[in-house]
Amino acid sequence: MNALEAIGNGVIRGLAYVGGLTLQFWSEVQATPRVLPILGKRGRWRTALRQMAAIGVDALPIVAILSVCAGFILAMQTGAVLRRYGALQYVMDVVGVGFTRELGPILTALIVCGRSGSAFSAEIGTMVVTSEIDAMRTMALDPIEFVLTPKYVAAMIVIPCLSIISNTFGILAGGAFMHITTRIALPMYLRYIFNAIELRDVLSGLLKSVVFAAIIVNVGCMEGLRVKGGPDAVGRSTTSAVVRSTYLVILADAFFTAIFYLVHK
Amino acid sequence: MADPIISVEGLTVEYEGKRVLNSVSLDIQSGEVMVLVGGSGSGKTTMLRHIIGLERPTTGTIRIKGIDINGCSKAELVAIRRSMGVAFQECALFNSMSVEENIALPLHELTDLADSVIEIMTYMKLAAVGLGETGKLMPPELSGGMKKRAAVARATALDPEILVFDEPSAGLDPIVAAGLDELILFLKHAFQMTILVVSHEMASAFRIADRIAMLDRGTLIAVDGKDTFRANANPRIRQFLDRVSDPIIESPAVQDRVRALAGLMGATR
Repeated sequence: MNALEAIGNGVIRGLAYVGGLTLQFWSEVQATPRVLPILGKRGRWRTALRQMAAIGVDALPIVAILSVCAGFILAMQTGAVLRRYGALQYVMDVVGVGFTRELGPILTALIVCGRSGSAFSAEIGTMVVTSEIDAMRTMALDPIEFVLTPKYVAAMIVIPCLSIISNTFGILAGGAFMHITTRIALPMYLRYIFNAIELRDVLSGLLKSVVFAAIIVNVGCMEGLRVKGGPDAVGRSTTSAVVRSTYLVILADAFFTAIFYLVHK
Repeated sequence: MADPIISVEGLTVEYEGKRVLNSVSLDIQSGEVMVLVGGSGSGKTTMLRHIIGLERPTTGTIRIKGIDINGCSKAELVAIRRSMGVAFQECALFNSMSVEENIALPLHELTDLADSVIEIMTYMKLAAVGLGETGKLMPPELSGGMKKRAAVARATALDPEILVFDEPSAGLDPIVAAGLDELILFLKHAFQMTILVVSHEMASAFRIADRIAMLDRGTLIAVDGKDTFRANANPRIRQFLDRVSDPIIESPAVQDRVRALAGLMGATR
């Protein structure tokens, strides 16, 4: 096989993978009404709530701690440069805009990739290996509706919420840095931040979070469903879920950032 | 003779160019216990997976109650699946649910019965397989035999017409396996179910079967009543029944080399 064929095969495999993800995503969208409260089947919403607790509530401490660290690091690094030009106050702009547009959503997505994306893949992969998915099919239950869609609904709700929490902690950490270095009071810092960021910054960050949520759930679930073989295959699928969803999240981030940049220009 | 409840015609399955099932045809009549036997890799489980509609054949048709399961509508497939219970080799109980939740699941999902009725039906199904007191336990807390019984209880939850077992006695001690055979016979007689069992345990097959079918390397080589099957002179069937092993190394050239190597090792000791 020459280099051109290898590249062609890689591109075809990549497109087939994204196509598979899109089909799975569409099936989840179609099944979503059956998971929602009141409209949905009994028990589904409860499963989605359990998933929200697992994806969101359990991830809260790590998201908060890492956001505080990232906020502090960002403020220190930019502060070190801006101080030379007597522009230390712009640290607040960098932290505020940087977190709402970029760092909050991407940091949250990467944490959820590692925690929940791998868990989705391991859970579904194990269900494949132990024939639980086959058992569902033979009972006329749709695994997409029964297993995947509650995770999808939970992630679509919880990951944007986690992003907002990440933004809050990151911005507060920036405030702590500014308080230590310039003695600025927290209310004044917050007022400055609210002036610096615009609604579109927050909305673009939230839109990214929703896209990241869809990527993480779909890649994790698809890697689980593609498991063939025994427990070692489950391990490989878990690694693959984290690597592929991280890769796709960053690609999607670059794509959306470029779009927003062109729109805002 | 009445139309068969399960009809397999010319089922051929190929995976990546390798033929796993070779134009297999088999009819199973309503109310009979058919045991499908064969060695490891003979295609038993592949055939079962096609009969229960988990995979699509390369060629051939599978009709359940006269409906082609690969050409029917989604609604028809759901109806067929509701009339069929499957007990998998690995039991396939949902580990995140208790035993009674596992059994109640198809009732909750596929019927409009009230919760109180489902609770009673779940207990009855568990009691029928001798697990009346284990409903609150989680699947990992059950022994191998209890898991198999729980899987049977779940497979019979919707009172299916057809019950399918994949290697029911695999991994069980002879006493528990015999108990499972009794359970299969009880289900046949009490509920007039049509039962298809995939197995390689001949003692169990002769105990429960009305007819036995044998697959050998993807080809169906016999479909007989159990007495006829026992007397069948086909060399592969005789080898299977008399437990005669295949030579581990088939090639005479390789056999010669192994003998030479063994002699060499003997000389160096």
